Amino acid sequence: MALDELYKEVILDHYKTPRNKRGLPGAEVSCKKNNPLCGDEITIRAHLSDGRVQEIAFEGQGCSISQASASMLTEAVDGKSVTEAAALAEKFRGMMEGKVEPEEDVFGDLVALRGVVKYPVRIKCAVLAWDVLQEALAGATTSARH
Amino acid sequence: MTAIGGGMLDAERIRKDFPIFERTPHGKRLVYLDSANTSQKPRQVIDAVTDFYERHNANLYRAVYELAEEATARFEEARARLARFIGAPDPSCLVFNRGTTESVNLVAHGYGRKFLREGDEILLSDLEHHSNVVPWQFCAQATGAKLRFISLDEEGRLDLANLDGLITERTKVVAVTGQSNVIGTMPPIRRLADAAHAVGAVIVVDGAQLVPHNRVDVVELDIDFLTISGHKMLGPTASGGLYGKREVLDRMDPFLGGGEMIMEVHRDHSTFKDPPHRFEAGTMNIAQEIGLVAAIDYLEDIGMDSVRAHEKDLTRYAIDRLLDVGATVFGSHDAESRGGAVSFWFRDIHPHDMAQVLDQEGVCVRPGHHCAQILMRCLGVPATTRASFYVYNTQEDVDALIEALGKVEAFFGSR
Repeated sequence: MALDELYKEVILDHYKTPRNKRGLPGAEVSCKKNNPLCGDEITIRAHLSDGRVQEIAFEGQGCSISQASASMLTEAVDGKSVTEAAALAEKFRGMMEGKVEPEEDVFGDLVALRGVVKYPVRIKCAVLAWDVLQEALAGATTSARH
Repeated sequence: MTAIGGGMLDAERIRKDFPIFERTPHGKRLVYLDSANTSQKPRQVIDAVTDFYERHNANLYRAVYELAEEATARFEEARARLARFIGAPDPSCLVFNRGTTESVNLVAHGYGRKFLREGDEILLSDLEHHSNVVPWQFCAQATGAKLRFISLDEEGRLDLANLDGLITERTKVVAVTGQSNVIGTMPPIRRLADAAHAVGAVIVVDGAQLVPHNRVDVVELDIDFLTISGHKMLGPTASGGLYGKREVLDRMDPFLGGGEMIMEVHRDHSTFKDPPHRFEAGTMNIAQEIGLVAAIDYLEDIGMDSVRAHEKDLTRYAIDRLLDVGATVFGSHDAESRGGAVSFWFRDIHPHDMAQVLDQEGVCVRPGHHCAQILMRCLGVPATTRASFYVYNTQEDVDALIEALGKVEAFFGSR
């Protein structure tokens, strides 16, 4: 069934038992966005030091795709340098635009979201968390300069 | 399946008039439960549009050849037909345009900006579709008038306990929906119209959902403006328009400027035609409004009372079955007093996920905020799943929805 391609087991797993879904008191960076189409809402907070993501967590509500994507994001980005995290966000966006072939070792569980590409309306759901991350990191870079 | 309710309406037979039901999405019977969004079109409407383009197409008013005269005559006949359908006393009360959004913008501009001042109030309700909110926000920003909102009770009805405090000497416009596109609430329009008129205000009724599903008489309701979206009542997209009391339309400024709405154009000023043409600039939606005539004929052949009775039965049946399977149904559960837009929440499964699985079963519903974010906040949800009905829907469609919900539950499980 075509649905299984969209809602892969690993997506449902992240949706039902999201990773790193909690508040993060004292986080240096924090950003919240929503998707007006379906009311998806995601907040990402992270502790940064030495240019690395030391700890990252999300909170939010919304459809399985948006929430699973956020959960996967926190796993994928945890411990990465800010530069690596920003690069991954770009690659993820590329995958959702059908331009980037995902490498399993870089993408991990995120590969499962590739099926969303065939459902144009839902791409925004998958990308939302990454929008939030990019804005959060951009904020961190800006404040680091000051 | 036999017809339900009054037995006046045979939905299975009606379904055969709609070519789209020959489609089998994902190999399934097409179960179209999104008519509050846009309705499907019967062969008669499609043929009327085709016939116009094949045999009569020309622009209106400007030419003297036979085709143009035919096109003009048909367009003006369409105006008279739509006016009659809503009980308007005269075709000149009927302005053609793309539907409700354009109509509210027209009134907010042509009436609101002309007559509203700082300190005046525009009264809306928490039920309103964005098309009956945003144009009034523009108007308020431009004039200094203030927006107020009628809140809702537990069942999603307007809370009018303090009507005297809501509609006051400061109120200049009352703009409310005739039937909620999300939870089907049908506000007491005549009562609101009387209260508005008592303080010299005008009442604007968003008829996008009211007109397709009920017999409406603008004189009986004593409303100043009624918006009509033809695409929700079996007609072509971008058909419909605005009813306005002639004496009110006469006092209004034009909305869009351009060809055909003018009397004289000079370098420094222009003069304008009388209504309705004052409000019809540029080339009109000719084929669409002519197609809408076929839609009105189709609906009146069925009879609007039968349309309403049929939808009441389906709404009652759908609410009962949804409650049976444990869904939360928003708004009133009394089908007698509400329209057929049924919004629900099921097993904490997000409406977008739900709609995606339903699609695989051939069931078309609408997930989201339904252009009513204010109402979503009142209901305390980010979005709902909405099923809505029309003349071609049957109990079998509701059964298909319920059966598909079982698959949704199996797929996502409980969280």
